[in-house]
Amino acid sequence: MSEVIQDFLESAKEFANTKIRPFAAEFEEKQQFPAQLIKEMGKAKFLGATFPEKYNGMNLDPYNYGLLTEIIGKADCTARSLLTVHTSLVGSAILRWGNEAQKNKWLPDMAEGNIITAFALTEPNVGTDASSIQTSYEEKENAVIINGSKKWITFSGVADYLLVIATNGKKVNAYMVDTKTPGVTIKPIKGLMAAKASYISEIEFTNVEVPKENRIGVDGGGFAYIVSTALDHGRYSIAWGGLAIAQEALEAMVNYSRERKQFGKKIYTFQLIQEMIANAVANIHSTRAFLEKVASLRQQNHQDSVNETIIAKYLTSKIAMQISTDAVQVHGGNGFYNKYPVERLFREAKVLEVIEGTSQVLQNIISLYGLKKYYKINC
Amino acid sequence: MKEKIVKFISDNLINLDDEIEIKDDDNIFEKGFVNSLFSMKLLNYIETEFNMEVDDDDMEISNFSSVNRIEALIKKKTEVLSD
Repeated sequence: MSEVIQDFLESAKEFANTKIRPFAAEFEEKQQFPAQLIKEMGKAKFLGATFPEKYNGMNLDPYNYGLLTEIIGKADCTARSLLTVHTSLVGSAILRWGNEAQKNKWLPDMAEGNIITAFALTEPNVGTDASSIQTSYEEKENAVIINGSKKWITFSGVADYLLVIATNGKKVNAYMVDTKTPGVTIKPIKGLMAAKASYISEIEFTNVEVPKENRIGVDGGGFAYIVSTALDHGRYSIAWGGLAIAQEALEAMVNYSRERKQFGKKIYTFQLIQEMIANAVANIHSTRAFLEKVASLRQQNHQDSVNETIIAKYLTSKIAMQISTDAVQVHGGNGFYNKYPVERLFREAKVLEVIEGTSQVLQNIISLYGLKKYYKINC
Repeated sequence: MKEKIVKFISDNLINLDDEIEIKDDDNIFEKGFVNSLFSMKLLNYIETEFNMEVDDDDMEISNFSSVNRIEALIKKKTEVLSD
């Protein structure tokens, strides 16, 4: 790791520890992630971390981007989810499939935090079966007209642009849509169990006119290329986000168990507490090693990297759920109380088992991968 | 080259039937041989394995729809590179 990257990650830790972690509960309570903090994340180069330097980015490789994601995600899931949607989902799609004019138009401002983007795929009636989207586009001279609705779109409540996936019945395309365009109506979704400060919203598109040049990628490549690429990068980001929750929960239970006394003894001395800590340590260490391997496969553009990323996302979301559950258990009654971060980590962990592919749909893909990969190996 | 392409497709088949045969002109999408992740994986594979970049103009799904068409695309791109 170069000295520049090392310094960058050190500054990210400092930033997370002073500007994000102490306020995580407040963000959730107010259901707002401060605009000023987003700007500061841009200035600190987190939002363009994977973009090349010519687009004001840091050009981080997959491993170091993973470390950054973990650092931010340990402090606060909302801040991490901004990286996931803005940098990983939308940023990676533009970087991979946008033309030079599009990259120059959006990436530098995205890196600086001057514009915020969100990825608009999911619809009220279309979740896992993403290829069945109903939001439509109709061609009209130099524009397309978009109609339909999207739901559960993270950070769309404050987004300047949405990468909208739409179909004309035969083809699927992805368009960058300025949220100020007439016909775009964004309605915040309240009452969520977690991700309360992530500006998750429902969006209506009513005859929204979008310039044709805002289409990202080839005509008809919206699902095969844009969605696949975006979700692949999204899953990689979530994988590190899961590790972040698991690590934060482990640290919380270690610290609590070394301070809390019951029956005249520190609770870490009880073997059933030790079991939970031992399992968490073992799961985190092995998953971290696996994530390092996945980062290396992604760096090589290895043909297994997509499937291995899916495994990583599946695994880390599982251990995040298990370890945050155990962390609540170790905290006893205090684990239910929002003055203790484990209460929030527990709720945030559950989200990761649903977004960017539910655990169940990922298991389908993983089992198929295994059934192919390990068939007749020694025959 | 053709063997590598067939092996890659075979490694990504969603059908586990041992008897399945991928013919050179089979449309692998229409036959339901692969899932939605395949196009992106195939593109990454081609670009890495054959050290080439597929331009937007060549990104049509039809260029990746069969073993013969994939081979033709790779040949076209690598010939351009060697010219």
